[in-house]
This record gives sequence, structure tokens and C-alpha cells, in this order.
Amino acid sequence: MGTNITPLANPLPPPTERYSLLGWMHKNLFSSWYNTLLTIITLGLIYAILKPMLNWFLIQADWEVIQVNIRLLMVGQYPQEQIWRIWLCLYLLAAIAGLSWGVWVRGRWFAGLVLLAVPVLISLFPAFSNVSRQQPLILDLIALTSFGIGWVRGKPMRRVAVTLWLLYFPLVILIVRGLAFAEIWMPIVSSSLWGGLLLTFLLTIAGISFSFPLGVMLALGRRSSLPAIRWVSITYIEVIRGVPLVTILFMASVMVPLFLSSGTPPDRVLRAMLGITLFTSAYMAENVRGGLQAIPHGQYEAAQALGLSGFQTMFYIILPQALRLVIPVLLGLFIALFKDTSLVATIGLLELLGISRSILAQPQYVSFQKEVFIFISLIYWVVCYFMSYGSQRLEKSLGVGER
Amino acid sequence: MSEQTGDRHPMIDARDVHKWYGHFHALRGIDMTVEKGEVIVIFGPSGSGKSTFIRTINRLEEHQRGQIFVDGIELTHDIRNIEKIRMETGMVFQQFNLFPHLTVLQNIALAPLHVRKWKKSKAEEIARQLLERVGIPEQALKYPGQLSGGQQQRVAIARALAMQPKIMLFDEPTSALDPEMIKEVLDVMIELARSGITMLVVTHEMGFARAVARRMFFFDEGLIVESGTPDEIFKEPKEDRTKLFLSQVLSH
Repeated sequence: MGTNITPLANPLPPPTERYSLLGWMHKNLFSSWYNTLLTIITLGLIYAILKPMLNWFLIQADWEVIQVNIRLLMVGQYPQEQIWRIWLCLYLLAAIAGLSWGVWVRGRWFAGLVLLAVPVLISLFPAFSNVSRQQPLILDLIALTSFGIGWVRGKPMRRVAVTLWLLYFPLVILIVRGLAFAEIWMPIVSSSLWGGLLLTFLLTIAGISFSFPLGVMLALGRRSSLPAIRWVSITYIEVIRGVPLVTILFMASVMVPLFLSSGTPPDRVLRAMLGITLFTSAYMAENVRGGLQAIPHGQYEAAQALGLSGFQTMFYIILPQALRLVIPVLLGLFIALFKDTSLVATIGLLELLGISRSILAQPQYVSFQKEVFIFISLIYWVVCYFMSYGSQRLEKSLGVGER
Repeated sequence: MSEQTGDRHPMIDARDVHKWYGHFHALRGIDMTVEKGEVIVIFGPSGSGKSTFIRTINRLEEHQRGQIFVDGIELTHDIRNIEKIRMETGMVFQQFNLFPHLTVLQNIALAPLHVRKWKKSKAEEIARQLLERVGIPEQALKYPGQLSGGQQQRVAIARALAMQPKIMLFDEPTSALDPEMIKEVLDVMIELARSGITMLVVTHEMGFARAVARRMFFFDEGLIVESGTPDEIFKEPKEDRTKLFLSQVLSH
């Protein structure tokens, strides 16, 4: 290599490192005597923990309790002849998720295949033997079709996908609840019949959709130059953040009917949704405020100098940047919210945890605690993991931390 | 309308403007009259109040005593007056302050779209013309973070021009730039100065002042120490402080 070669015209490639499997193991696991020792000890530990677990999971455990009660666990006492409405919600979800996949994530074939495999795997789980075998295939077909549409149409579909997500949540609540004017086709299903995973999801959805706008308004209120608005916001946020969610739920279920002595109290699910929303919005507000504070003052000045009004400055300049900054935190909050819905079991609602406890209260199932709790833990974990994974993809595609 | 018409009133008329930050007296009685089409250069040591003064003209800072008239409209607490004046003045900042979440084109078209309420097609058309004018039409769809400092500042100038202002305020527009990028921004500003728009420029670029300034103002400790044409200021400055400052700025 001569020194007179211009570096720009002929750049050297970076050095490549390639290992065989054995080479990798040697470098990372057995590079020195203490590394070897650590590897052996760790392997031993993994074996000691995993063996009894697998043994119990595959041989000792009796999943009959799940199999018999799967419908209760999934939808509570939602009437059998209306179950198609739940499937409809899932079809819509598959369609929107597939579309988003095609528009944003695109090239990730492996992850896409894993996602498509989920419905099939679930249907293979012995507990789900009562579930129709065609449903997972239908879900996958819908997801694949909309993935194709998103893939082919590309960027222009982004706006469609975002709109669909925003519409999806209210739509789900409408479909599950029913329509008063379409009594024959979609009769109202009383919320006292909602239960299991369905109710868990509905509480989460309501919590997210209402606490988000409320939280943003509180965050803006806390930074308002009008003292009245500022003090109301601060008081609200600090009071709510100083109280455990359980207390708020009890208040919502016991106190609200006392205040509204005239007429019938709003139903219990609605009250729980209210409690969760009030609670989450206070945390939401603080997270959003963090994002607002990270926006440099020059952004406000530039917007003002251009003649934008205070509202326009917020809406077009500050909030889009602030919210993008706090996406990771907000999604963390939503994951926490999803798990926190289990607290409504304490006020007698039969969501996933509540219905599990009521199943276990029956004499013939008392000895199946392990199976039931491990099963619902798995459900919580799978859902949370997907939310977490989705949020990472979202961060990447929005370029959080890059510009 | 109490507004005067025609050329009878100056573009900017500042009378005895005062401003305090806490107990610090930042502006101690500034009087300045700027006619339509004049290019004014304001210079002086840091902390002399020059930036504060041009920021009072579009009310980014509030003056606490005295009067400021912009195109015949007085700056008061009346938000309608402030809005009118902000629509007539464009501002370019030291740190560019582009909107990082919007493309270059969106940055420029934003204010015409939402403040002037133009159609999207018209706003984007104007934005593209302005990008052409500042010499970077090919960057329209990039984000500010993907541009060099000089290109960002040119976008900022285009963004300010998109509102078709009568007055352009420049607050140390080249101070945050690497040396090799200063020229490309100054070239745009010189072209602008020759187009006949009223300009107030806070800068230490004496070459720029010599080329296009009609008058120069030397600020120190919140006061106008000396003013005059570039010839007067560079060849025979009257005040010792001006001489000292110029010798420091011009020596390197």
C-alpha cells in the first residue's frame, strides 16, 4: 500500500471479525480458567432451575382447569351467541396490525413470521382445544392481506394506519357493548357480563384513550401562565400521585354512588374505568411535562417570531417534539396500566385476575392454584412483551434520540 | 385606523426604550429611527444590549419604558398589535432555531399555511421559490439535522422571508457558524439587503457592514454610543470606546 493513494478515492474496508461457533464459544465462554468456571457454574444453575420447572410444566401440571374454564378466563360471562363480536374485534386488530407492519416495519420477515405464528401456537395449547381451529388461520390471512396492502402502498398508508388505530379503541368498546339502534343485530351486552381477559383489555383501552388527552391537558395546565389553571393542575396531579390506585378504585366504587344519590349509579365497570383514567392521567401529565421541559426555548421564540399563536405554537411545534421524546416512557406507563387493571379484582370486578380467583373458589378447583396463576401470568407476560417490542419498533421508526 | 399611510412614517421608530432584567438595567434609553429600505448594522461588546434591543422590536422581549412603533403600529400589551407586527417582521437567530421534527419545506411553509392561511400548494410553491433564492433547492425534503450549519441558517432566512415581512431582524446570524460557512450566509444576506427590504442586523462581520449597511450603531452598556455611515464609523470614529472596540474586532 503506497502512501500516495488518496484515502477518499480508495478507502480501506473495516477489519472483519468472523468466528465459527467453536471460536465464539472459546472467546466468550472459555477464554480463561475463571471464565470457564463461571460458565460451568451458570450452566449448572440453569439446569437446576429449569429441570423441575419443565418437569412440572409438562408432566405434573394438570391443565384441565384451564381447558374447562377457558371461555370464562377469556371473555367472562359474555353470551356465547355474541362471541362473534369479540372475534370481529380481533379480525380488525389483525388487519390494522398487519397494515402497520407493512407500512412501518417492512423488511423484518423473521419478526413477522413470529407474529403470524402466535395465533397458531395459541390454538395448539391444550387449554384452547375448545376454540375453533379455523380462527387463527382467518386471523393470519387477514393480517397477511393487510400487510400486503401496507407493503405495496407504502408511505401514503401511514395516515390511514394512524387513523385506524385511533378509531379502533372506541370502535372496540362500541362493538363489545352493542348498539341500541341495532337491537337485533348487535344487542347491548350489560357490562356486568364482561369479564376475563376481555375486561382487562377494555379497562386498559379506556384508560389509555382517556388518560392520554387528559394528561396532556394537565401537563400544559401545570405550565400555564394563568395561576388558576396552574394551581388546579398542580393540586390534581399531586393529590392523585399521593394516593394508591386501590384507594382511588374503592372511592370510585363506593363514594361515587353516594354523591349521585338520585337515580341509578353509573355501572361498576364505568366507575372502574373512571378511577383508572383519573389515576393514570396524573402520571401521564408528569411524563409529558418532562418532555415539554426538554424543548429548548428557542423553539418557542422562533414560532412566536413567525406570528404563530400560543395554541399553534403548542400544537404544531412543541407538542409533536415533546411527545416524541416521551414515547418510551408513555408506553412504559401503558404497560404498567395494563398490569394495574388487575387491582379492580379488589372491587369485585371479574377481569383476568378476578375471574381466576372466582374459579379457584369453586371446591373442585381449589388445588389448581399453580396452574391458574401461572397461566394468567403467561398471558400478562405475552401481552406486555408485545407492547414493549412494539414500542421499541415505534421509537426506531420515529427516530427517537436521532434528531 | 390610526395607522398612517404612505412614506410619512418611519419603518421602525424607537423612543427612549428601557429594559431591566431584575435590577440589571439592560437598555438605558435607546432612540432609533429606521426608514423603509434601510440596512442597519448594530455592533458592540457582548452584554451591551444589542440583541435585547432588536428582540424588543418583535416583542420577544418586552420594553418597560418608552415607545416602539413598527410601521406605524405601536407595540403595547394589545395582542392584536403584537400579532400584526410579528407578521411584518421576520427574525433570524444565532442558533437557527429550525423546527427539527419538520422537513425543510415544512419549516418554511408552516407560518404561511397557518398564520396567513394560504393553501398548501401556494405555501409550498413559495417555500420552493425561497429555497431556490437561498441556493439550496435540493434540500427541500431533508430534515434540519441533516444539513450543515450554513445550510440551516439559509433555511432559517427562507423561513423568515416566507411570511413576506417588511422588516428582517438578524440576531448574530453567523456567530454559531464554522468559518467556511459564514460566507454562504453573508452572500444571501447581501443579496437580500440589495433587494430593498428593511434590515436590522446585529453582527460583528465588518465586511458585511462595509458592503451594504446604510448606517451603523455602536452599542455599549445599554446605550447607543455612536452612530453613522460605515465610512464615518470606520474612517473617523469619534468615541474612544468605538475606536477601541473596532481595533479589537478588525485586528484579527
